[in-house]
Amino acid sequence: MAEPQRARPKPTPETQHFWDGTKAGELRLQRCDACAHVYFPPRPFCPSCASRKVSVFKASGKGFLYSYVINHRPAAPGFTPPYAIAVVELAEGPRMMSNIIDCPQTPEALELDMKLEVAFEALDDKITLPVFRPAKG
Amino acid sequence: MRKNQVAVVGAAETTELGVIPNMSQLQLHADAALNAIADAGLKLSDVDGFATAVETPQQVCHYLGIKPTWVDGTSVGGCSFMLHVRHAAAAIEAGLCKTVLITHAESGKSMIGKAPRSIPADSLQGQFEAPYGVFGPPSMFPIPVLRFMKTYGITHEQLASVAVVQREWAAKNPRAMMKDPITVADVLNSRMIAYPFRLLQCCLVTDGGGALILTSADRARDFPRKPVYIMGTGESVETPMVSQMETFNSSRAFKTAGPLAFREAGIAHGDVDHLMIYDAFAHLPLFGLGDLGFMPHEETGKFIADGNTRPGGKLPLNTNGGGLSYMHSGMYGMYALQESVRQMRGIAPAQVPNARISVCHGVGGMFAASGTIVFTNER
Repeated sequence: MAEPQRARPKPTPETQHFWDGTKAGELRLQRCDACAHVYFPPRPFCPSCASRKVSVFKASGKGFLYSYVINHRPAAPGFTPPYAIAVVELAEGPRMMSNIIDCPQTPEALELDMKLEVAFEALDDKITLPVFRPAKG
Repeated sequence: MRKNQVAVVGAAETTELGVIPNMSQLQLHADAALNAIADAGLKLSDVDGFATAVETPQQVCHYLGIKPTWVDGTSVGGCSFMLHVRHAAAAIEAGLCKTVLITHAESGKSMIGKAPRSIPADSLQGQFEAPYGVFGPPSMFPIPVLRFMKTYGITHEQLASVAVVQREWAAKNPRAMMKDPITVADVLNSRMIAYPFRLLQCCLVTDGGGALILTSADRARDFPRKPVYIMGTGESVETPMVSQMETFNSSRAFKTAGPLAFREAGIAHGDVDHLMIYDAFAHLPLFGLGDLGFMPHEETGKFIADGNTRPGGKLPLNTNGGGLSYMHSGMYGMYALQESVRQMRGIAPAQVPNARISVCHGVGGMFAASGTIVFTNER
């Protein structure tokens, strides 16, 4: 029997550009052409002013650690506890859930407000997940 | 909505609470409903309005043999029943129905006749949260806690004291699941679930249910129990994704629902004799005290740690022991409402002397939704 796998996202028409982006090594956000609001998760209109004129752009991939838990139990399929489930605030404004790699999963190492940068982890040939690591320098 | 026009005239929990391996979730609904009907001195055929969550109204109505002319299946998580109370009060006032039955039941521990919760892979949660290892409420609900602590200078010891104080209340309640006294050290040494939270800062997982019966205040005088009036109500939703809350320093849904209910009731915080804040996890009373405007968020941890919410304190909070020590079947809002009604009737196991106004504040999902009810026993 195969090892239990971590949950795999299944794109929808509204989110496909995001997952195409991560596969190409880009973190893509959307900006409203009318009011300049930057938002996440993806949708083909602005949740701030309701304009349907929005553009996809490549985000900087920079952000900081907004908050997290270190999950011990129960562990999700495909995860070995303890592991941090983090929320990252991106330089462009939106926040997203993620994991923090290349960093001990401890309260001492995971300091709130630490600078992070995006990295990409391929789950299979269709889905690549954006994750974050402590920023260099 | 006008205040004190509608009253609770029947209220009961399931005959047993805790581990109930001999009843399906649907039968737990019926057990709670039959107890509430008996409490109100009514027959099921008197019920013309019905509300429930998770199970559909048609499922429970057919099982009970109820033929309603008004139904509400609002299902926004554990505070759904606060929203049902609000909607039922509006419906009764509008003349859509006369006697509303609200039921909750959950086979949360025994999992008999209960559909498992799942996150579809193509939902926004399935795409943007589930892949990062969230697995049930303990891995999600505490995610805002570290930011909240840093912003307001809240300590781990203060967050542990929430569980300690609520155990003091539970010790007075024969139906509470956990009654043995605990200390801050016990909490901080209990096994880690999702840092910063340990076992004793997470709610219980039990079986049970509860039901309420509402009617107009004018009719309420003819019932066997002391009427408990709906003085004010509020509700809101924010987001099903905890990662997408506007801020982790407060809950937008709390800050909308709570003040709405206070304004409708026309009360100030000093008027509140008894308070319930849905405590699925230990940080919720702190969010609630701040977001409902009882005090600045900075003071909430110290307020609880200093004993102000314990038995004999100036603001009795979660007097049944709460979701941390009384019971938590998964959607605890109904049990918070039951305790507010008991306090207003003057029959709670840990009765607050001369309590006249009770505020009952609920959360749904991980800060996804909120409902607040202000009760009074004086019209």
